Amino acid sequence: MLTILLDGIAYGMLLFILAVGLCVTLGLMNFINLAHGAFAMAGGYLTITLMQQSGVPFLACLPAAFLFSAALGLLLERTLYRHLYDKTHLDQVLFSIGLVFMAMAMVDYAYGANQQIVNLPDYLTGRVSFLGASIGVYRLFVIVICGLLAAGLQIVLTCTRFGSRLRAAVDDGRVARGMGIDVTRIFAVTFAVGSGLAGLGGALGTGIISFDPTFPLKYMIYFLIVISVGGTTTITGPFLAAILLGVADVLGKYYVPAVGGFIIYTIMVLVLILRPQGLFSRGPAR
Amino acid sequence: MTDQTHSTKPSPEAVAARAVLLGRARWGLPEIAFWAIAFGAFFFMPTKLSLLSEIAILGLLALSIDLVLGYAGIVTLGQGAFFGIGAYAAGLAAKYGAGAAPWSDPLLGLLIAGAAAGLIGLLTSFLVLRGSDLTRLMVTLGVALIVDELVNQMKWLTGGSDGLQGVLPAPVLGVWDFDLYGKTAYLYALGVLFVLFVIARAIVKSPFGLSLQAIKGNPLRARAIGMPVNGRLVAIYTLASVYAGIAGGLAAQTTQFASPDYVAFHRSADALLMLVFGGAGHLYGGLIGSIIFRAMQDYLGNITPQYWQFWLGLTLVALVLFVRGGILGLFAKMRDRVLRKGEPA
Repeated sequence: MLTILLDGIAYGMLLFILAVGLCVTLGLMNFINLAHGAFAMAGGYLTITLMQQSGVPFLACLPAAFLFSAALGLLLERTLYRHLYDKTHLDQVLFSIGLVFMAMAMVDYAYGANQQIVNLPDYLTGRVSFLGASIGVYRLFVIVICGLLAAGLQIVLTCTRFGSRLRAAVDDGRVARGMGIDVTRIFAVTFAVGSGLAGLGGALGTGIISFDPTFPLKYMIYFLIVISVGGTTTITGPFLAAILLGVADVLGKYYVPAVGGFIIYTIMVLVLILRPQGLFSRGPAR
Repeated sequence: MTDQTHSTKPSPEAVAARAVLLGRARWGLPEIAFWAIAFGAFFFMPTKLSLLSEIAILGLLALSIDLVLGYAGIVTLGQGAFFGIGAYAAGLAAKYGAGAAPWSDPLLGLLIAGAAAGLIGLLTSFLVLRGSDLTRLMVTLGVALIVDELVNQMKWLTGGSDGLQGVLPAPVLGVWDFDLYGKTAYLYALGVLFVLFVIARAIVKSPFGLSLQAIKGNPLRARAIGMPVNGRLVAIYTLASVYAGIAGGLAAQTTQFASPDYVAFHRSADALLMLVFGGAGHLYGGLIGSIIFRAMQDYLGNITPQYWQFWLGLTLVALVLFVRGGILGLFAKMRDRVLRKGEPA
């Protein structure tokens, strides 16, 4: 029981790292970016390539995946995304679905449609006993890394100058601009960091979730659940939502495999109807 | 909306409004040509009939999205749910009604499909009344996912991932049997599409349709001048789900098969893309979009079978960045420019 719970937490932590960038995009620029999963896929496939073909150690792949996806994110933000901030939500949805289709076809072309599996280094396989429950070392590793990242993000957001500017820009972009905060630049930086985190999540995820070219579509729904349930005004909201979703998903698949997905989608629809601004957001939506 | 004066003689304003509405409802030459070509295709493209009937069915699905998106401004990613419900309803009616005279009748099957999808549409329409675009997107997507999950799990009824086999509808109107070459299927699908199109056309050109466009333009002001915004949205969403259900019913009857693929996410997304290709808010957008979409898929799919998705994505990105409003939007813009040039400034 505790083992499954911990598995769920590891999964949820991973979902948080994957989705947190999306939460900034949506909260800051009111931009619906369905292509977020493509950045995670980029990180995942980079890790697979580096490890299998160049023999780069797994731990070195993680920062590489972060940098690669962040650079990709920055490039796309500066060239394509910024033209779409003032367009309608429908245009944004169509544009990002178009990007997803292209990304999926490109990965399919380069790697084929098969699922990719990564051979983890020996020190990350096996199981340890933790609080009387047996848990995979890799899952523990994911929990620790993601927990550190989440704590780090929270500190950056609450205790630094950049964090307070970012929060000001999220709360009211126009006023923040009026106060002399360079919202465009803050956004470009956070978009890159968010994409980078997605890439890192993708790299970490290679050991837990299997990668194939349909990844961005398959996980898009999970990301959307995380941000719509968690709200976009804080990062603790999505964090809790991601953990809840991870635990519920793993528990559901383990105990009641027949109705697992059903329960999650129903909860999502209910939350959206009763609290459209998210379960954990402070105050009413703007 | 209609003139509610009690005098026998209508006021001049009412007469003028009536003239405007009738003028909007008049059939133009391009429209007549479009349908003439569609029916004529039966004779000059006899080898492509199954592709053509698929286009007609997808066009009907895209038309149903146009009703909610193009006229009422509701962004939906879940129209595939109603398509799938309709497909299974008609498929089940034809499968278990085979032999029992009225139940396997195709037209009755379509009625059942439309009614089933419409019922679910009515029930879920209350969910899309609240919230922003993102919430609506998520709720419609969520409903589609739930339906998808149900279809996959209810194996005893739907056949699960194997699909529903043995769908054998009776001859259309008791005369024309579904043949191997898809002759009956095409005329049947196109006929149903035409009838439903005429009805949809009458609806959107009516005062009711105008009020929907007002709601799309500004829901707050529409409410302020006394429009029952929620009631109107429920009505159009339900109507659109009936349309999508009938499209699904047609698909199940003409292919004699129904599978979870009919409910899947890409079905909803593809139909939305077709509408956007053609241009939302013109009624013809979905029909033209579905022709172009399937033609592109057929052509590019022959060159590189699995990578046509790449070109689809590229087209979509280019469309959003450079050509807003789809093909019909482009035509409308060109027409406006020509007209403006013609007038002395």
